[in-house]
Amino acid sequence: MKVHTRYHGDLEISDNEVIYFKNGIPGFPDETKYILIPLGENSPFSVLQSIELIELAFVVTDPFPFYKDYEFEVPDYMINQLDIKNKEEVRVYCIVTLGDSLDTSTVNLQAPLVLNSKNNNGKQFVLNTDKYHTKHVLKMNKKEMVQEG
Amino acid sequence: MLVLTRKKNESIIIDEHIEITILEVSGDQIKIGINAPKKVEIIRKEILEKVESENQKARTTSLNLDMFK
Repeated sequence: MKVHTRYHGDLEISDNEVIYFKNGIPGFPDETKYILIPLGENSPFSVLQSIELIELAFVVTDPFPFYKDYEFEVPDYMINQLDIKNKEEVRVYCIVTLGDSLDTSTVNLQAPLVLNSKNNNGKQFVLNTDKYHTKHVLKMNKKEMVQEG
Repeated sequence: MLVLTRKKNESIIIDEHIEITILEVSGDQIKIGINAPKKVEIIRKEILEKVESENQKARTTSLNLDMFK
């Protein structure tokens, strides 16, 4: 199927690339279908693009290159809602609030996007914790990046 | 909104399975105990509101792809 995107023109995608957020995400309850468009092959960043509303797109990132000790427990209600059978199916992304540069951008570790890669169900999981908040700096360990490259 | 008056250690039951108990009252702070099936989602409202507002801010209005190179 063809999807109109905000930043990548029209894309031809297969049905199994669609990610379903059954109840939307907080603040956007009406948009329930998204696709993830990676921003470069080795980049942790992707665009989370709404299929239903072309204007609605977020930058998301794999949080672990920035916060390698980031952790949370996935509670039963999440396992239930996403029908998670084993932990290898789980993918985690966090939403980035962009500033003028990456140095002034922040990442929301309080509410990770938890995806089941088997059935493409997703939910923004709001952590009931004060350990993380919605605006962590994006501090990439650049040394590691260089070594890897 | 349904309004009920409760005293310390009194409870209410919601939908047969969810029990909410007033554990402690001290000034303007109230400690609440919740017994609910594990599949029930319980979130502090102010955290949810913070996430909603952060999501609104994170919604992109433009994207400089060079930023990610």
